[in-house]
Amino acid sequence: MLEILEDNWLLFLIGQYPHGPVGGLAMTLFLAVAGLSLSFPVAIALALARLSPRRWLRGPATAVVYVVRGLPLIMFIFWTYFALPLLTGHAVGGVETLLFALVIYEASYLSEIIRAGIEGLPKGQAEAAKALGLGYFPTTFKVILPQVLHNMMPSLVSQFVSTIKETSLGYVISANEVTFAASQVNNQLMTQPFEVYGLLALTYFTLCFTLTSAARWLERRLAAERGGLGAQPA
Amino acid sequence: MGYVFDPAAVLTGQYLDWFIWGLATTIALTVAAWLLGMTIGIILTLVRMLPFRSLEWLVAGYVEYHRNVPLLVQILVWYFGVPQLLPRAIRMWVNSHHSEFLLAMVALGLASAAYITEDLRSGIRSIPKTQYEAARSIGFNYLQAMSYVILPQALRIVIPPLINQTLLLFKNTSLAMAIGVGELTYRTREVDSYTFKTFEAFAVATVLYLAISFAIMALGSFADRRLKLEIR
Repeated sequence: MLEILEDNWLLFLIGQYPHGPVGGLAMTLFLAVAGLSLSFPVAIALALARLSPRRWLRGPATAVVYVVRGLPLIMFIFWTYFALPLLTGHAVGGVETLLFALVIYEASYLSEIIRAGIEGLPKGQAEAAKALGLGYFPTTFKVILPQVLHNMMPSLVSQFVSTIKETSLGYVISANEVTFAASQVNNQLMTQPFEVYGLLALTYFTLCFTLTSAARWLERRLAAERGGLGAQPA
Repeated sequence: MGYVFDPAAVLTGQYLDWFIWGLATTIALTVAAWLLGMTIGIILTLVRMLPFRSLEWLVAGYVEYHRNVPLLVQILVWYFGVPQLLPRAIRMWVNSHHSEFLLAMVALGLASAAYITEDLRSGIRSIPKTQYEAARSIGFNYLQAMSYVILPQALRIVIPPLINQTLLLFKNTSLAMAIGVGELTYRTREVDSYTFKTFEAFAVATVLYLAISFAIMALGSFADRRLKLEIR
């Protein structure tokens, strides 16, 4: 096992770079970070649309969220894989395809977290903002969302972990991330699949478990914070 | 562009058969993995309730592994890795008996078990300890207290998350295409590469996936409404 790591750690970490495209764990992390950050504005828009009193906003947003929740991610990846080149008019690489699919997919799930956060906030917050004369947008972006995002931190970290795990589907469309790198190593070695994929699993586990633990720590801290606030007379 | 969208072209003859087989395989894989996951999930829940610290840690490790490693990687480990460790005779048997379906089922089932045991545990934990103590004090033994007092109440809390888990499992069976299980996604790609009717093929699969997912979601919200305790 150590020998495999010794011979291939660079491929695992950064793919063929500098002799080829960046890949491996670096690409996995890039995809996860970029996927989640790009999906964030989309998620906020979706969440606000779903809570809107206007039906023409709420209807389509709700439909998007339900369709995404009802489909396997792999279906999205294939749709993007075939539709994106047709729409843009030129060839699209595996990484871009995966990123695009991830952004739509993550945005739907994130929007549900944000929506729950907004609904969970005491109504008094919005009413107080209104009483101070703030309009819809200042109320939403200066009063509601900052509090929601603060409360959401643990869920955001969990969502980041999910995104990291989802990037592994790049393997299916040969996007150059760490699962794909491992399969390349496996194809070269031929005889030690258990060691290669075991190493891959260990890599993901170390990364994701650290983040999951961080999410738990954040959760505890937030709970303590809320307990502190709750102790004050309302 | 001159592209005519014509779903009927992929819904005839052998292509229709492929879709039907794919859908049947997806459903069979979901059911088989669900049963395996439920069985192991219940066993794990019982094991972690025993008064042994080491067993508790073992189950916690099991749960963390399955939650922090991508499901696709777990499937690859089972398909490519595990047979290498088995004795030759068993390996031969596995290889000649649709090993990809079997191993996908094991991978999906074991991963679901990790989530199921968490759901079950939090359900049981949410029942106040006094319920158990009251049951014991009127003369029930451990098993009676569990089966007449604790479990009926815990079930009410556990069913909605379990239905959600079923939805996730159903969607995750699509990952089995990566090891060549002939489920719906795999068959769809096959229809696509034979007919070049890409969008038609994927539209058919999308409709099929959505139909079943929405049915499971509807069941979930029905259970939610039925089982919610009215707090007076």
